[in-house]
Amino acid sequence: MKKQQAILEKDKKKESSEEVVLELQDLNKSFDDNHVLKHFSMKLYKGENLVVMGKSGSGKSVMIKCLVGLMEADSGKIIVMHHDITSLNQESLDILRADIGFLFQGSALYDSMTVRENLEFPLRHHYKKLGKNVNTETLVIEALKNVGLAHTLDLMPAELSGGMQRRVALARTLILQPKIILYDEPTSGLDPITAKEIIILMQDIQKKYNTSSLIITHDVDCARVIADRMILLIDGTNYAEGTFEELSASKDPKVKAFFKQ
Amino acid sequence: MEIGELTYFTIRFFKEVFRRPYEFKEFLRQCYSIGNRSLLLVGITGFIIGLVLTLQTRPTLMEFGAVSWMPSMVGISIVREIGPMITALVCAGKIGSGIGAELGSMRVTEQIDAMEVSGTNPFKYLVVTRVMATTLMIPLLVIFGDAIALYGSYLVEHLKGDVSFALYFNQVFDSLEFGDIVPATVKSFFFGLAIGLVGCFKGYYCKKGTAGVGIAANSAVVFTSLLLFIIDFIAVFVADIFYDL
Ligand SMILES: Nc1ncnc2c1ncn2[C@@H]1O[C@H](COP(=O)(O)OP(=O)(O)O)[C@@H](O)[C@H]1O
Ligand SMILES: [Mg+2]
Repeated sequence: MKKQQAILEKDKKKESSEEVVLELQDLNKSFDDNHVLKHFSMKLYKGENLVVMGKSGSGKSVMIKCLVGLMEADSGKIIVMHHDITSLNQESLDILRADIGFLFQGSALYDSMTVRENLEFPLRHHYKKLGKNVNTETLVIEALKNVGLAHTLDLMPAELSGGMQRRVALARTLILQPKIILYDEPTSGLDPITAKEIIILMQDIQKKYNTSSLIITHDVDCARVIADRMILLIDGTNYAEGTFEELSASKDPKVKAFFKQ
Repeated sequence: MEIGELTYFTIRFFKEVFRRPYEFKEFLRQCYSIGNRSLLLVGITGFIIGLVLTLQTRPTLMEFGAVSWMPSMVGISIVREIGPMITALVCAGKIGSGIGAELGSMRVTEQIDAMEVSGTNPFKYLVVTRVMATTLMIPLLVIFGDAIALYGSYLVEHLKGDVSFALYFNQVFDSLEFGDIVPATVKSFFFGLAIGLVGCFKGYYCKKGTAGVGIAANSAVVFTSLLLFIIDFIAVFVADIFYDL
């Protein structure tokens, strides 16, 4: 019975996963002589958790920043929900960005604002997306409840632990109910137990809102738990692609280097 | 050097100042914070300068039997030159470096990126508000500093020469002309603009790492101070042409 359900669910996923929500084609980016990304391509399907793994300094953050237009790629195509973001003007780009959540590597909470103000900040520009008669107060509290931190409403970020900061950052990312979430090293700088809590939270969110997630990490344990599919970013290119099991069984020495304990 | 980039930054500022939405609340918050942070410092330096200037020039004026000219002399030199310059230098150290460090650390910890992806233009929200605030607040602080410095000077005259408050300030205001006050005020606006622009520029384009934040704060002060002297020179030059014709 359980097995059947699992198969059914897998079929369901396949069906919905035909839609590509985010695509990179032949992306190049260099800083002077430092060629960080060389012909990098990938696709993110609807509803999946895609993990991109790479060593530190391999250009993961650069890639994800090109995706939302925080950095300009030298060449290549970036298509987010059927829009080529390099051809969009500022206004349309902002509208598109409301559908993309971005969790930054170091949480990036505004440290001169309270938790409440941090969460209200994205609503300043995008309140239209959620409808005119929406109550920011309830939205903020609901978002904080989602990450189990409703009591921190009026604290400053500096008064929170690293794990709590990451969760508040996650709540801030979720407040606009994005369709795609980009995680830049969601577990970096956290102890293993807190990291696990964050991963569980990410899974809950994915189930609850059926988002598509691109997760960037160098943490194998994180990848094992959360990845539907994985891409290895080595030497600036999409070096290998597959499920966790496939990649961890690979004979290629460069791939193996990621998985040996 | 960086002159080109700073010029581009300045042009961008003037382009975005007039564009909606105006971040009025953040602008007021910055004004308050600038005033709050520097009022005491400007007051103390102003007071000491007024005191010292009077004490130092007293013997010389005495020699020529011209002590009665003290209020005019001190008044003119403080309002024209010393007040704006000292206040601006103090604020470059206090406000300019503070802005450089604040925006620098926001850049390094990706807070500026986070703002951008959440649909708020960080240049407008952070830079325009701060530059506007310094441009408005520095002239006000200069007036405040001038007043305190003159009061310091008056105290010396009162104690040593038994000059009354009314007499002292009557003489000060009698000797001050339009040609002293207008250029000094205009100059102060430019001082404020320079402090805000350089501090924001250094912070906004801060290099990665904690060292980057230190460099941003430090170079903001150094660069601003140099710029203040250059602006002062130009201002005196221009004022000279205007009022001598
Ligand atoms: N703004 C920048 N200017 C110059 N070089 C950069 C910049 N951002 C990143 N790099 C370089 O790009 C490379 C990849 O950086 P990054 O994407 O941050 O690595 P990671 O995979 O650890 O996230 C590094 O060598 C870094 O030095
Ligand atoms: Mg990174």
